[in-house]
Amino acid sequence: MDLNFTKADQDFRNEVREFIEENFSSEINAGQNIEKYHEVTSDQMKEGILSWHKTLYKKGWIAPHWPVEYGGIDWSITQRYIWDQECANAGTTPLIPFGLTMLGPVIIAFGNDHQKDWVLKGILSGDDWWCQGYSEPGAGSDLASLRTKAERDGDHYVVNGHKIWTTLAQYADWMFCLVRTSNEGKPQEGISFLLIDMNTPGIEVKPIITVDGGHEVNEVFLEDVRVPVENLVGEENMGWTIAKFLLGNERTGIAGVARSKKAIDKLKDIANSELNNGEPLMKDSSFNKKITELEVDLTALEYTELRTLAKESQGQGPGVESSILKIKGTEIQQKISELTLEAIGNYASPYITPLSVRNFGSNYLEVGPEHTQGVSQNYFGMRKTSIYGGSNEIQRNIIAKMVLGL
Amino acid sequence: MDFSFSEEQTLLRNTIQSFIQDNYDFDKRREIIQSEEGMSKDNWKQLAELGLLGVPFSENDGGLEFSSVETMIVAEEFGKGLVVEPYIQTVVTCGGFLRRASEAQRQEHLPRLISGDEIWAFAYAEPQGRFNLADIKVSASKSGDDYTLNGDKCVVSAAPWAQKLIVSARTSGDQSDKEGISLFIVDKANDGVSTRDYKTVDGSMASEVSFENVKLNSSSLIGEEGNAHALIELVADETIAALCAEAIGAMSVLNETTVEYCKTRKQFGQPIGKFQVLQHRMVDMFMQYEQSVSMTYMVNLKLEEEDIERSKAASGAKVQICNAAKFIGQSAVQLHGGMGMTDELNVGHYFKRLSMIETQLGNADHHLKKYSLAS
Ligand SMILES: Cc1cc2nc3c(=O)[nH]c(=O)nc-3n(C[C@H](O)[C@H](O)[C@H](O)COP(=O)(O)OP(=O)(O)OC[C@H]3O[C@@H](n4cnc5c(N)ncnc54)[C@H](O)[C@@H]3O)c2cc1C
Ligand SMILES: Cc1cc2nc3c(=O)[nH]c(=O)nc-3n(C[C@H](O)[C@H](O)[C@H](O)COP(=O)(O)OP(=O)(O)OC[C@H]3O[C@@H](n4cnc5c(N)ncnc54)[C@H](O)[C@@H]3O)c2cc1C
Repeated sequence: MDLNFTKADQDFRNEVREFIEENFSSEINAGQNIEKYHEVTSDQMKEGILSWHKTLYKKGWIAPHWPVEYGGIDWSITQRYIWDQECANAGTTPLIPFGLTMLGPVIIAFGNDHQKDWVLKGILSGDDWWCQGYSEPGAGSDLASLRTKAERDGDHYVVNGHKIWTTLAQYADWMFCLVRTSNEGKPQEGISFLLIDMNTPGIEVKPIITVDGGHEVNEVFLEDVRVPVENLVGEENMGWTIAKFLLGNERTGIAGVARSKKAIDKLKDIANSELNNGEPLMKDSSFNKKITELEVDLTALEYTELRTLAKESQGQGPGVESSILKIKGTEIQQKISELTLEAIGNYASPYITPLSVRNFGSNYLEVGPEHTQGVSQNYFGMRKTSIYGGSNEIQRNIIAKMVLGL
Repeated sequence: MDFSFSEEQTLLRNTIQSFIQDNYDFDKRREIIQSEEGMSKDNWKQLAELGLLGVPFSENDGGLEFSSVETMIVAEEFGKGLVVEPYIQTVVTCGGFLRRASEAQRQEHLPRLISGDEIWAFAYAEPQGRFNLADIKVSASKSGDDYTLNGDKCVVSAAPWAQKLIVSARTSGDQSDKEGISLFIVDKANDGVSTRDYKTVDGSMASEVSFENVKLNSSSLIGEEGNAHALIELVADETIAALCAEAIGAMSVLNETTVEYCKTRKQFGQPIGKFQVLQHRMVDMFMQYEQSVSMTYMVNLKLEEEDIERSKAASGAKVQICNAAKFIGQSAVQLHGGMGMTDELNVGHYFKRLSMIETQLGNADHHLKKYSLAS
């Protein structure tokens, strides 16, 4: 056990910091920068997100967590930790996880050689934008009850069904999709994992507007969509095994420790500039206590994550620990958004329309100090984090069953 | 002791319920809040015709001379309907000032307020002031019988629709002194009044209001010069009492909707309401609601008491309502899963309104402190 950074680690930090400073521009890459998101159109958003992705791709730093032979890097966990921290500090555009964190490791573990070639290449380069087609109107927490079906017809599967909550499907070139290929046995036993080209005839993507006014999720309707058999990952009917493997990875990514640290710093800045009876709000003992508690909570999560990463680096894949990271990570993110809302007092109220949904109505005007922009919307939007990726109730069920043996 | 409602009060409740049923289903509300105007002038006229805009005013002033219990009933039902028309702002808050104003002022202004011809908004908050009603930089300087008003008010609820504003301004003293605060009636059309209007996250509207050398004569002063703080505290408490009522209305809808949803939504082959962890969450929501109802009744029955008692009642109620609003709003979204996150469902809209009630006139921290100082 050792908590110190070596000289080599320090050098690495400097290298990373320098690289980010030279290559990340918040103007070009403002797509996901929360404070600025309302100033960006949806096309610019896609471009912005991808531009940082492409910069990292060129540098060879796009997929640190992948094995080297597939384009990853053999960074130690300390280096990965440093990398996350530096990215968060600089406020770099978060990378879209569907290809890099979710599908990539799946293909590496279950894909055939052909898939390993084209899928991984497209993910790394950013040329292929992937979305996740798991949930359906009737199959949310009970994912295994999904009904979108794929029937074999010669060299193709013919897919019919309805996916929902598909994040950023409006930009996607491809969707990895869970489909039903059999009704025999337990529901889990008849599911397959298919890669579907979003340009195939029969696919329709419809926006869902969320409480924060944003357009992030969609419904995807599939009608007689023909998918080549070679786009099946693994064997037919082994989709559930793959799906669970993927969810484990998804949850790890969700902890977001470094970004939460940064968000707490920002919250402190806000609390220092907001006045309460003529004094900075930060000096208010009850508000100060809430921030401090949050910071302590985050520190605990940070070390829980580091312990998980350390295990992983010894070859033990993400296990049920990932459920702890997901629950605590999202609860902390939600609490930060809640306290930030509380900090800005009366300026919680103005509605700032995200530009990506301006065509859905309402006009746009900036009101109040800059640090108040979009804070309410962020608070409302953050409620999603305890629902998606397996709700926090489901995560607790998993721990109860798998860890505590209940 | 009696917590039951009279027949007349039940009748009043029924009247509002049928108004909302006829004019305010969720789709109609959506149309209203998405319109340029942001509210319905027709609805406002109807509220006037039903006599509702006259609830707290004396019969002499053309009102119904009802008690705070009736105001509570109106606000609660409006909370259930998520009504955006500025009832509390105009009738409870500005009405609260006006019904204590001079005979001449009441005669001049109340008829047009009660008839629905004029909407009123109270401009009190300032960017530096947070929830402190005495932290006021807007100044009214006197020369002869006239005043000149200068400064900025922020997030003035309902101001885009208002013809008249009531403005708290400093006529003497330092920035956060309780002495030296005065209240003025300001015509929004006056020279030197400018507004930036915008929509708010809960479907209402507000403005940033600036005053630049706005000339006022002494007939626009409410009460005595420099002595308005106690009156502001009183009317703020009355407003809090009404906001609490609005909040319990909204909470009751969220609780019912959530319970109903959990009975019908099936996952793992059973209604999700069968999962004990969700049952307990809904029980907690229910208990929070009941506690909030109790505090709302309590504060509305204590509005006539002495300043300290009344202020404690209002702060205590606001603390309960803030905590319950947060818990019930967040839980309702959570139990609806992805559906709770959509703009299409009403759940998110109630959650947003409740979240704004949390900050209006001071959040839980602010009122906890106020309560403890008063004890
Ligand atoms: C913003 C957002 C983005 C998303 N992105 C994607 C995406 O890209 N791709 C994708 O496939 N899906 C996505 N999802 C879907 C997400 O995974 C589902 O919303 C989630 O699995 C919950 O399912 P549900 O919405 O049907 O809720 P339900 O499953 O109906 O759950 C409703 C409530 O019941 C609770 N509950 C259900 N079962 C139990 C139980 N056994 N015990 C205790 N409580 C229970 C839940 O915790 C929840 O509180 C996204 C969702 C959101 C909100
Ligand atoms: C100080 C004291 C005084 C008492 N006085 C009296 C008395 O005067 N007369 C008398 O008859 N009894 C008395 N009791 C007994 C008391 O009623 C029982 O302790 C109580 O009913 C719980 O039963 P148990 O102790 O067997 O715990 P269990 O029933 O075994 O419960 C253990 C835990 O499981 C939980 N649990 C059990 N079932 C469920 C469920 N369906 N869903 C969720 N959680 C569940 C419980 O809430 C508890 O946390 C007393 C107990 C105490 C501690």
